[in-house]
Amino acid sequence: MKTSSLPVVVHLFLQTARLKKKRAVLTVASIAWGTVAVLLLLAFGQGFREQLLRNERGMGRNISIVWAGQTSKPFSGMPPGRRISFAETDARYARERMGDIATVIGEIEKGRVPLVYGRKTVNGGVVGVEPPYRVWRNQVPETEGRFIDAADERDGRRVIFLGDKVAAQVFGREAPLGKTMLVAGTPFLVIGVLRHRIQDNSYMRPDEHQTFIPLSTFQAMFGHQNLDNLVVGVEDATQMALAVDRLRHVLGRRHGFDPADDRALSVWNTVDDNQESEAIMLGIQMFLGVVGALTLIVGGVGVANIMYAVVKERTREIGVKMALGARPRWITGPFVLEASLYTFLGGAVGIMIALVLVTLIALIPLESSEVMGYLGHPRISVPIGIVTTFILGAIGLLAGYFPARRAASIDPAETLRYE
Amino acid sequence: MSEAPIIRMEQIRKVYETGRVRVEALKGIDLEVNRGEFLSVVGPSGSGKSTLMNLLGCLDTPSGGGYFLAGEAVSGLSRDALADVRNRRVGFVFQSFNLLPQISAVENVALPLLFGGVSPRERRRRAEELLDRVGLGDRREHRPTELSGGQMQRVAIARALAMEPDIVLADEPTGNLDTSSGGDIMGLFGELWRQGRTLVVITHDMALARRTGRIVEMRDGQIVSDAAVAA
Repeated sequence: MKTSSLPVVVHLFLQTARLKKKRAVLTVASIAWGTVAVLLLLAFGQGFREQLLRNERGMGRNISIVWAGQTSKPFSGMPPGRRISFAETDARYARERMGDIATVIGEIEKGRVPLVYGRKTVNGGVVGVEPPYRVWRNQVPETEGRFIDAADERDGRRVIFLGDKVAAQVFGREAPLGKTMLVAGTPFLVIGVLRHRIQDNSYMRPDEHQTFIPLSTFQAMFGHQNLDNLVVGVEDATQMALAVDRLRHVLGRRHGFDPADDRALSVWNTVDDNQESEAIMLGIQMFLGVVGALTLIVGGVGVANIMYAVVKERTREIGVKMALGARPRWITGPFVLEASLYTFLGGAVGIMIALVLVTLIALIPLESSEVMGYLGHPRISVPIGIVTTFILGAIGLLAGYFPARRAASIDPAETLRYE
Repeated sequence: MSEAPIIRMEQIRKVYETGRVRVEALKGIDLEVNRGEFLSVVGPSGSGKSTLMNLLGCLDTPSGGGYFLAGEAVSGLSRDALADVRNRRVGFVFQSFNLLPQISAVENVALPLLFGGVSPRERRRRAEELLDRVGLGDRREHRPTELSGGQMQRVAIARALAMEPDIVLADEPTGNLDTSSGGDIMGLFGELWRQGRTLVVITHDMALARRTGRIVEMRDGQIVSDAAVAA
């Protein structure tokens, strides 16, 4: 006759397991503690990772910054070592020829320009840029203001967008929006202030220390000069390599350099950087996960220890059950069930505690301190839940399995013979 | 009584090896027990009677020789199959009762039925009926700790009978009982014998042994005498 094991095991467990309260509470607490450790470490790792990425993308996402360099290969009879510089129309020229895969924006900077409002004078950087700069270089204005738009650029308006730090230096406690200030002696209307953000990367200065005016205005004021650099933006990060290659071809034809000459243009591809930080962060998160898992395993060892004690206590009972015809797995089953129960309860309690803690920490605003701005909010994601559940499940089964195996290896003849 | 013996042992040997010490507990036992026999195994302690009992009950495996229980060779069976043999063919009664203390009398009796795959309702019915038969119909829900020694042993006997085994094995069943309860238990065994059951009792008490039908005497791992008891 075939006897199904599960009902027998459950019946035996319910009927004969003697769960001792204090012992059970301690065991459950150790598992709960380990679960909290795993979840919090992973959640902080996740929050940190997302925050880092956000900060790294403070400068804008899916962009490359391109500078003109020096040729290193001969081209069309010209020797290597020629300096390349961007003409003021290069951005528009490139945009028109590769607009299907990328946006190309020109940028010129002038440092130490006197910025004056009332009696206050600050020497700061002024950058001439084209309107798409707003999107690609992540220039989000405070709610009331705006960035430079197409009309500003077309008409060469004297409007200025301020980095938040510069705005605070020039205007103090006053609201800059709508005010007129002097830029190198010329009156400019303040149209917007950058909303504060953390920006891990920059070339020139971080945006919070810069001011931005239309490129056409910049050139009218400071004379027509070469562009300092180009910003290349793509919708899809995987298109970046292709876009940069196209740019080399397009500008190579215009300036007479070999598209394969990678010294002619120097390119900072932030997409590659992002991928690298992603990999590093994944590594850090795995490390945190392993640390947490080790803590949880200590809890699991506690469960296994308790189960060994339980098995030892009940050696005689195991012998009796064997004599009465219990199959080995009916002996081991209830122990595995008991260990799984402790682990399950501990896991449930730990998950609840961790959720409460994460929710509480999320109430602290990121702007409240520099540390929070980098650390970010811990976040429990679905993969974290899956990983934790998997570790818990494995620990529960192992913590039950080894003691139970000892139980099943008990020799009934031996246990029954003596008092 | 012309059918095959319920128990047939041929040159059964059992050697215990613990480290360097080698103990030959059984040195070639030949034993046949027929259906309906009431047999007692006597001998001084260390004579091998407990080892014999463990082998008879399939709690242990012999080092050599052949053992056939109800015509079936026991050696070479898997652990699950051995568990099933213990469950269906053998009923154990121990000196120290070995009831599970945390469950009631009726639940103790029902335990072998659980292992035998009997449905919950049927388990309950049969366990109650068995307790009635050993005279404990009014003690069904008592825990073992709430029973006297004699009552506990009667619960154990009811448990041993639960799966209608081919043979009941009892190891010093009266060893932990006073004379009067011990007598009651032997009386109960006698009654089971008259009902046609096969019983093997291990004892060192010759007075008890003389109440069985056949006495096997052991010494130093060998059977030294095997004789029917004069009625």
